[in-house]
Amino acid sequence: MRNDYHNPDPEKLVAMFERMLVIRETEEYLGAQFRAGELPAGVHLYIGQEASGVGICAHLGDEDWITSTHRGHGHFLAKGGDPYAMIAEIHAKSDGICGGFGGTMHVADVSRGILGANGIVGGGLGIATGAAFAAKLEGNGKVAVCFFGDGAANQGTFMEAMNVASLWKLPLLLVCEHNGWSEFTRSEVATSGRIIDRASPFNIPGFEADGNDVADVWRVSGRALESVRSGEGPALLVTYTYRTRGHVEAEVNFLSQPYRSEEEVASWVAKDPIERGAALLAQGGIAEEEISAIRARVKASIAEMAKRAGSAADPDPARVRSMMFSAAEA
Amino acid sequence: MIQAINDAMFEEMERDPRIVLFGEDVEISMFGDTKGLRERFGPDRVRDTPICEALLTGMAVGMAAAGWRPVLHMMFANFMYTGFDAIANQMAKLRLMTGGQMKLPITIMAGFGGGRSTAAQHSDCPYPLFMNLGGVHVAVPSNAGDAKGLFKSAVRSDDPVIFLEPGGRGGEMGEVPDGDHLVPFGRASVRRSGIDVTIVAISAMVKLAEQAAKQLAQDGIEAEILDPRTLVPLDEDGILASLSRTGRLVVVDEARDRCSAASQIAAVAADRGFAMLKGPVRRVTVPDVCMPYAPVLERSVYPNAERIADVVRELLNCRDYQ
Repeated sequence: MRNDYHNPDPEKLVAMFERMLVIRETEEYLGAQFRAGELPAGVHLYIGQEASGVGICAHLGDEDWITSTHRGHGHFLAKGGDPYAMIAEIHAKSDGICGGFGGTMHVADVSRGILGANGIVGGGLGIATGAAFAAKLEGNGKVAVCFFGDGAANQGTFMEAMNVASLWKLPLLLVCEHNGWSEFTRSEVATSGRIIDRASPFNIPGFEADGNDVADVWRVSGRALESVRSGEGPALLVTYTYRTRGHVEAEVNFLSQPYRSEEEVASWVAKDPIERGAALLAQGGIAEEEISAIRARVKASIAEMAKRAGSAADPDPARVRSMMFSAAEA
Repeated sequence: MIQAINDAMFEEMERDPRIVLFGEDVEISMFGDTKGLRERFGPDRVRDTPICEALLTGMAVGMAAAGWRPVLHMMFANFMYTGFDAIANQMAKLRLMTGGQMKLPITIMAGFGGGRSTAAQHSDCPYPLFMNLGGVHVAVPSNAGDAKGLFKSAVRSDDPVIFLEPGGRGGEMGEVPDGDHLVPFGRASVRRSGIDVTIVAISAMVKLAEQAAKQLAQDGIEAEILDPRTLVPLDEDGILASLSRTGRLVVVDEARDRCSAASQIAAVAADRGFAMLKGPVRRVTVPDVCMPYAPVLERSVYPNAERIADVVRELLNCRDYQ
């Protein structure tokens, strides 16, 4: 059956709302933990961008691949990663999804097609293109989705990926989450022209979505993925959104002055994807009590996982050397 | 050697349908090592790529993570610098970073080294960089038989391997054993036995060391030549065993001297073999310069049999340590 990508049905909308809340609750917790000195490193939060990852990953199964950015908690959870295993990883515990070897910038769950958050800006472009090549060789309808930011769109590998994927008609969806900032540098300073316009010279269809509206992201990415799955080759999707938190939670400790105005941040907080999601649910006839119940349920569940993760065991240093090569581990 | 590698590729791609070969000009095959594979295995498994090394190395990681066994051909080893991010930041690290979830059976192959006036950007010997990454194996065959056996081990390994062919002098002959010939990683081969000095020679340097050994034999000096075959893992025990027989060590390496593979081997000898040493560990390497173009200039910096023999004679005359 051909999907109708005009509107998500209420059930889908509820599921996406809940997934956005999981990301928000988890990240609020992690931000607070960092500020309390409970985490070994700063965290790059996805807060404010949840609609983008959730709207897209709602079309993907475990068999599809994603690569992510160093703001990767949201993509990990949107793709169905286990919040407990992620929280434990960021707490540097042995229960962590990477056994405490990867940490906040490197959460990955290969069994769910999550090929990892990546500390290198644009680091996922080649990996996703390779996974898309693998999917093409397998010929079983899998796709690879590469999440990257507007800063990474200035990496040469972005152009290289579009060239190869278009030539070889690879099932690759390139998703630029345009939040207007490359670390502390404004996009207008770093990026010439419009990123969406970079697709057409490579014969790649371009799609744009309101990255703070989960229904819009779901609709547009559904159409983009339909194009990708049809065998016609890659597509570029730009979702316009904003991180309402800093580049990294640690920045308050080293920045001497703010780099963006309170008005700018406030204008985006007013477009919060979760509150807009709640409004969509209300419009769709979901009762206020039901929405509150979802919020309470997610909050309680994340709090319980956080408590468990915080008291999990530390990883064993004896494993570090043997982790480098498979033969050593065997 | 090229024919041996080509044979290895045919046999391995025949054996394992998950092996995919891609890279620049693999269909025509400038070196000849990938010749005929496209005709045999088709465009899905053997394909030319654009010249975009930064993406290609990343693609190898993605393909491997998705369950395939990519072989990436990069022609000249210098081009690995262009693709270095995914080698250094992804390939070498993702197994550990994912807590062992990710298996990366990747082989990256390229010709390396000087000696043919290809000048600085086509003559480098980059394995010291790869040795330092931690998470990639480095194979450096010196002859046809080892090239075939090491290549087969490389593509069967579940970890990333940098496989370097001595490009300038890549046509080295030699016997290739029949059958499914595999050379394990981390096991050095004794190319010549001797009692006076151990010469550890890497890849194309083995041939020069053999020439030097012949000259030295005329003076009654018997050199033992050891070919490490892989630099990661490095057969430290094999090197020390040879050192225990000879008490003297010369390392011949065509990398630039500073932080060369020879530096590491010298450090191993100093660290674990100090009591066996009858003299200083000496290195025959390329000075810390870029490879110049003119043959006369290139010859002036490149190791040769005379330099190796001279260093050995100096070492044997060094009485301070005895």
